[in-house]
Amino acid sequence: MMTGPILRILGRSGVLFLSAVIAVALIVPFCNLVFPPSSPLHVPTYLVALWGKYICYAILALSIDLIWGYCGILSLGHGAFFALGGYAMGMYLMRQIGTRGVYGNPILPDFMVFLNWPELPIYWYGFQHFPYALLMIVAVPGLLAFVFGWFAFRSRVTGVYLSIITQALTFALLLGFFRNNFGFGGNNGLTDFKDILGFNVQAQGTRAALFAISCIALAIGFIICRALVTSKFGKVLVAIRDAEARTRFLGYRAESYKLFVFTLSACMAGIAGALYVPQVGIINPSEFSPANSIEAVIWVAVGGRGTLTGAVVGAILVNYAKTFFTSGTLVPYWIMGGCVVIALAGLSWQRLQTLYGAAAGAALAAGITQINYVGPIGSFVLAGLFILVAMGRGWHALPVGAIFGALAFGFLSTPLATLGLAPFWLFALGGLFVAVTLLLPRGVVGTLEQWWTEWQEAAAAKQLAKPDAAQPMTSGEPSPRPAE
Amino acid sequence: MNESTTTALLYLNGVSVSFDGFRALNNLSFSVEPGEMRAIIGPNGAGKTTMMDVVTGKTRPDGGDVFFEGRHDLSKLDETQIATLGIGRKFQKPTVFEMHTVEDNLLLALKNDRRPRATMRWRETDDERDRIDRILGTIRLAPLRDRPAGSLAHGQKQWLEIGMLLAQEPKLLLVDEPVAGMTDAETRQTAELLKEINRDKTIIVVEHDMTFVRELGVKVICLHEGSAIAEGTIDQVSSNERVIEVYLGR
Repeated sequence: MMTGPILRILGRSGVLFLSAVIAVALIVPFCNLVFPPSSPLHVPTYLVALWGKYICYAILALSIDLIWGYCGILSLGHGAFFALGGYAMGMYLMRQIGTRGVYGNPILPDFMVFLNWPELPIYWYGFQHFPYALLMIVAVPGLLAFVFGWFAFRSRVTGVYLSIITQALTFALLLGFFRNNFGFGGNNGLTDFKDILGFNVQAQGTRAALFAISCIALAIGFIICRALVTSKFGKVLVAIRDAEARTRFLGYRAESYKLFVFTLSACMAGIAGALYVPQVGIINPSEFSPANSIEAVIWVAVGGRGTLTGAVVGAILVNYAKTFFTSGTLVPYWIMGGCVVIALAGLSWQRLQTLYGAAAGAALAAGITQINYVGPIGSFVLAGLFILVAMGRGWHALPVGAIFGALAFGFLSTPLATLGLAPFWLFALGGLFVAVTLLLPRGVVGTLEQWWTEWQEAAAAKQLAKPDAAQPMTSGEPSPRPAE
Repeated sequence: MNESTTTALLYLNGVSVSFDGFRALNNLSFSVEPGEMRAIIGPNGAGKTTMMDVVTGKTRPDGGDVFFEGRHDLSKLDETQIATLGIGRKFQKPTVFEMHTVEDNLLLALKNDRRPRATMRWRETDDERDRIDRILGTIRLAPLRDRPAGSLAHGQKQWLEIGMLLAQEPKLLLVDEPVAGMTDAETRQTAELLKEINRDKTIIVVEHDMTFVRELGVKVICLHEGSAIAEGTIDQVSSNERVIEVYLGR
């Protein structure tokens, strides 16, 4: 039986997580297809596509967590592999359009006709065949990651330097794909898709199927990652993360390990991108933008790096917040305001310094807005400056207080009628990142796991304490000594 | 140098290393026979750690020969290859994998196929379990096997690192200041342990602590400004004019 080892690899949290993913994969498409729109159980098609998008992001987050959380490789360019996978899928979808394009050319996609290209470039050959496209979805990001990693890891580029060159990689690709003569649709990218494997991309059934496939891909990716990190291979990865030089002196070839996970991670990101494209209906160069890759890293930080499930939770949580924020409703405004006030009260309770910081931040923000009405943006910028100054002096409660003070002021002083929340999403994201790094360094799932183990240990200690007096311990193992 | 012209396990001849004009090693020569234990002493900046770096492949020498078993030119190999040849190193500051348990630290060090493919397929065998148990007994950390290494006391980390060195089953052990920060009792135990290991392995110990070196009772080399200035028993070396001058200042 194979189930034994699989269950052992997954552990309890893994089984729970996988069951949840499989349940979602079944229930969402079922509720979308079976119940009529009038039913309260009906899931609208737009939500299926939206959640499908989140699931793709979750796969990307998983791939980042594998290399960052377990091997210490902070890639700030992982969006590049996601986008490359997406482009490979986009090319397949473009070739499926055939004569239904605006210009009706059976071979050339519309943008090539528009640019007066006489024939299909060689690198577009073969993409009309799905298996070939499938191969390219994995092979192109994988090959790029392999070549890039080969040079980077061999010359022992690590830490911040590696992060910077991954960022440069995605930026270079962004610039390249923006060019028309690169042959991937330039600025507009690839869109107007019609069919995938003969099914209409827009159709309700196709969307539901794509959603279910994305969930399955997430589940498979999770199992692979979990199997890797729980094996001895995973222990070596963590060893490399924590003390790379020591690992080398033990005789492990750190670059081979890094190269393997980095390439695997890029392939996963490519698959995520390929599933993303038919669900959102477009792929363009903005997917290569460095900001996207950084956002993906924030998902993992929020969820908790080095947990795998945390990456998925973080990706869904942050993207859900993003949708909420940019949807035009004022609800997030009140939620955020409430959170700011509660967090400020809680922090001040712990350290009074926070309150002074908050007062200072609010006062500065108020001063700026009075002198020249700049609105909440001014207060945000000012709070940021205040943090930098105070950080340099090593006061931690003060800057945290200041950011919350400024936020509270911005929240209270903004006239509601003129409010659109969309422009503030990036501030909220930045604030979230700062808050998570300072207050919740293990991320949401990491912190929960810590609480859980502490609670269990406390419970076990209680259990042990009771019968201990009556009878001696049955096992020969002495209880661990406290640290000396 | 030609094939196997020396019986020495480790052979250094005229090795020089300089960093930005500073000569950390200056024409250093010595050799260590198989089965020997050798202590290396010297004041701060004498080049002891640089010598270890050269032998383990962290630093490339500017000139000179470094040979292992008379045929492996260590100056052309990297850390991983040298470790695979059978040279293990314990660092001055104890470096263990803090997030891993004591047992996993030993497991990672245990002599085994180090390639990614092998570690992916790895399953624990009874033999490996026995070896880990035995090492845990030797280094007296058996009750702490499931504790993260990061939570160990300083002396325990030193011992764990020695245990990791044992698990590697190297032919040559380079041990950098093993008793730094240890109590007198721990120092004595460490000396015992090293002597025990020396029964079937060659050891080079770098140490400041003269009483510890005396306790080991082995041949000593004194380094100064990157070269060996005296060689012999601890009594011979410590009565050497040059050595006294170097240690006490002129």
